[in-house]
Amino acid sequence: MAVRTLTIDSKQVSAEEGTTILGAARDAGISIPTLCHLDGIYDVGACRMCLVELAGSPRLLPACTTMVAEGMDVRTQSDRLRRYRRMILELLFAERNHVCAACVSNGHCELQTMAYSQGMDHVRFAYQSPLLEVDLTHASFGMDHNRCILCTRCVRVCWHIEGAGTKNVSGRGTHARIISDLNQPWGMSETCSACGKCIQACPTGALFRRGMTAGEMERDRTRLEFLVNAREKKQWNV
Amino acid sequence: MERVRLATTWFGGCSGCHMSFLDLDEWIVDLTAKVDYVYGPLVDTKEYPEGVDVVLIEGAICNTEHVEMAHRIRQRTKTVVSFGDCAVTSNVVGMRNPLGGPEVVLNRAYVELADVNPGIPVAPGILPPLLDRAVPVHQVIPVDHFLPGCPPCPERIRMLLESLLGAGAAPTGRLIKFG
Amino acid sequence: MDLKDLLALKEKELAARKPIVIRCCTAAGCLSSRGEAVKERLERAVYDAGLGERVEVRGVGCLRLCCQGPLVQVDPDNLLYERVTPEEAGSIVDALNGEKVSVARGNPNDPFFTKQQSIVLANSGVVDPNRIESYVAADGYQALHQALHEMTPKAVVEEMLASGLRGRGGAGYPTGLKWATVQKAAGAKKYVICNADEGDPGAFMDRSVLESDPHSVLEGMALGAYAVGADQGYIYVRAEYPLAIARLQTAINQARRLGVLGSAVFESPFHFNVDLRIGAGAFVCGEETALMASVEGKRGTPRPRPPFPAESGLWNCPTLINNVETFANVPAILRRGGAWFAGIGTERSKGTKVFALAGKIRNTGLIEVPMGTPLRVIVEEMGGGAPDGASIKAVQTGGPSGGCIPAEHLDTPVDYDSLNKLGSIMGSGGMIVMDDSTRMVDVARFFMEFCMDESCGKCIPCRAGTVQIHGLLAKVLAGEATARDLGQLEELCDLVKNTSLCGLGQTAPNPVLSTLRFFRREYEELLLPDPFAVKLAVPEGTVSVEIR
Repeated sequence: MAVRTLTIDSKQVSAEEGTTILGAARDAGISIPTLCHLDGIYDVGACRMCLVELAGSPRLLPACTTMVAEGMDVRTQSDRLRRYRRMILELLFAERNHVCAACVSNGHCELQTMAYSQGMDHVRFAYQSPLLEVDLTHASFGMDHNRCILCTRCVRVCWHIEGAGTKNVSGRGTHARIISDLNQPWGMSETCSACGKCIQACPTGALFRRGMTAGEMERDRTRLEFLVNAREKKQWNV
Repeated sequence: MERVRLATTWFGGCSGCHMSFLDLDEWIVDLTAKVDYVYGPLVDTKEYPEGVDVVLIEGAICNTEHVEMAHRIRQRTKTVVSFGDCAVTSNVVGMRNPLGGPEVVLNRAYVELADVNPGIPVAPGILPPLLDRAVPVHQVIPVDHFLPGCPPCPERIRMLLESLLGAGAAPTGRLIKFG
Repeated sequence: MDLKDLLALKEKELAARKPIVIRCCTAAGCLSSRGEAVKERLERAVYDAGLGERVEVRGVGCLRLCCQGPLVQVDPDNLLYERVTPEEAGSIVDALNGEKVSVARGNPNDPFFTKQQSIVLANSGVVDPNRIESYVAADGYQALHQALHEMTPKAVVEEMLASGLRGRGGAGYPTGLKWATVQKAAGAKKYVICNADEGDPGAFMDRSVLESDPHSVLEGMALGAYAVGADQGYIYVRAEYPLAIARLQTAINQARRLGVLGSAVFESPFHFNVDLRIGAGAFVCGEETALMASVEGKRGTPRPRPPFPAESGLWNCPTLINNVETFANVPAILRRGGAWFAGIGTERSKGTKVFALAGKIRNTGLIEVPMGTPLRVIVEEMGGGAPDGASIKAVQTGGPSGGCIPAEHLDTPVDYDSLNKLGSIMGSGGMIVMDDSTRMVDVARFFMEFCMDESCGKCIPCRAGTVQIHGLLAKVLAGEATARDLGQLEELCDLVKNTSLCGLGQTAPNPVLSTLRFFRREYEELLLPDPFAVKLAVPEGTVSVEIR
């Protein structure tokens, strides 16, 4: 494998060809905020939290889908990037009904944690307060669309790790929704194997194990990564 | 040093933030050495006074009285703090917003679930009408500091008050904690 | 089929021409005002008058002055008839015998027509789009033969590079460079895609080209396929264009039968098939990566670039994707040479551009003008200015991705760079003229609503940002916004522009930004004076019973 040398935040970094900027940064101990990224599944570049500046490029690039190249000069922090990240978080909090105090994931939520870390102490934009469904038709799991940020992690683990293909996205723009099968109640899905991978993947409280109350829903992401490593790299023992 | 005039008030909220404030325990004694507590649910003052230095506002703006009061507070206060999640995000109080206007919740509470005398209470001049939506304080008046949390824990309240009492700028990043 | 057969077919078609040709527009615009019945009545009248030997009634593509349709043009006297009704159509035939005509006569020497220069639309309104012979008679498929037998793929690309043609879909990327990249890309399997998912409000250039001259697009695609080494093409056309779909399908069938598509084209080793893929109505599928996902049968959402389609496109194969008008330029470029094409237009914008002229203007319809034509010539001389004595306030180009150019900049030459400098874009060719009764905040809100509805929902800035921007514009229009809101509006525009995943989001703020740039006062006049004023709704009629 060819090695590429680049600079991230003024730090010299080496990474194998085919590594993303995000991967190279993390290997070098530089953290870049992410929401839709999940270790173990492919990236889609949707949340835009990981946008970075690249010297010589007028465009901001998502670190999760941009591959390293020789001589790249990457900046992961700037006033502009911090402002954009904060605004993106504000947009998410304003878009649906995120009530941390009443959420199963309170205290274990990536969106909540991201808000703290990016200094988002209030939302300036108009709350949209849409009326959204809670799907409690599945025997083991529930889906609360009020808390969904459409990161599509659940869709990706469902298709690419479990291979069930139950979860999908329907609708457009702000009307986009995570659906089960052909937009049926989850409990009626014939493809769902009740494996619970989507539950492990969800960054917020949108997907949860039934019976959980506020703050109780904790997740184990390492299981997903373990599965992928076992399958693709034949690493069975961690 | 001149004593700081501190007020607290309570709009659409559960009083949990004030409870958390009381959990400051003996530090409240230290605090009273530096401030005059001029208005709030803990003292018997009828009218929000002029010349307040710092106010902690708990709760979301839910009715017309809250709107009037918020404007009065802004005019008479130097530093306004949104105190707790309801004030910052409208939180649980705002959970009625997706349902449409307030009729839905009023009807549910006072008619559908009533055991005796079902009917939505109306008392013009006494009961202020609810707004279409419960909104965070900063959507009605400019707010200087935000202290989220449901409730904000005493340590964070103390951190903010200490900074406002002259011990440097508000440590914003460390004050954020929703839920 | 070889060159001899092709030329023989051309000669046969020309020999069958009758001295008088009555050309009836059968593009969607004229058809929607009973153009089909007009054509039938004309055929009937020719038969009844016993003129069948001398007169041909030919259904043709767009005759361009759409606002006056249905249009009928008579050769060789160059007579133009406007707003022809089926009832009166017969009198056009009577006029051939010297009788008085009751149909309104148009002026084919109006600047609307004379200032045009046709490359893309050269066959539009001339050939019968339902007959490949008609296209062959207009030298069709000669360029393809020439390329297959006399040119290497590399030479074809060089000709495209020399032409200076830039993508007509809106972004203006040099077509030759794109072809060269796909040609060089490694991969046994390559694809060619024609993007016919035209979706800008008020734009109908590509539809007209497809309805009027589908074979020029097919020939352009075949030339592209030969140049880059592809053997399969797709035309992604929106379902809202049923006539274009029908004519394309007819054209593909005829081309296969004639042997200019399919295997061993013109008895060469070149194979090329074209299939249609029908879009289901999502605007975002006009974005190339979303379009390819849709062709693959997936949800039509864009993905980050790089990799660009030229390296990894359809099913991860190198893919050449160009817009309808771009492909329609290709046969002429190959036939007449890149240098000829490069001689038209400006230094950095070569050739011509087709525009759909719409809005508050006298002559609405389709025009093709050399690049660099001043906007004033287009809207005042060709378009005839605003109707009813109103004055032109602004011209919107580029649809929801473009901007509004105010009247004081009407002398701007229409080319990629000049329009960019004014905060607008060339776009695909929609040109909407606005008069002084138009409120610019309304215009911005209209386009933002469009983008909000058409956002695919994948990335957050576009999905949620457009909603917030739209809400703020509605607030401004309702007279409830403050200076703070205006500041927030600008901040959000900056965010959505710079952080969205694809072109839809990246350009969605343009209509707002350009109206803010040139018409800021119209926004400010609507603001509340107090920067912290708020209007909170109190519902009425909450009264039901009194407290007991």
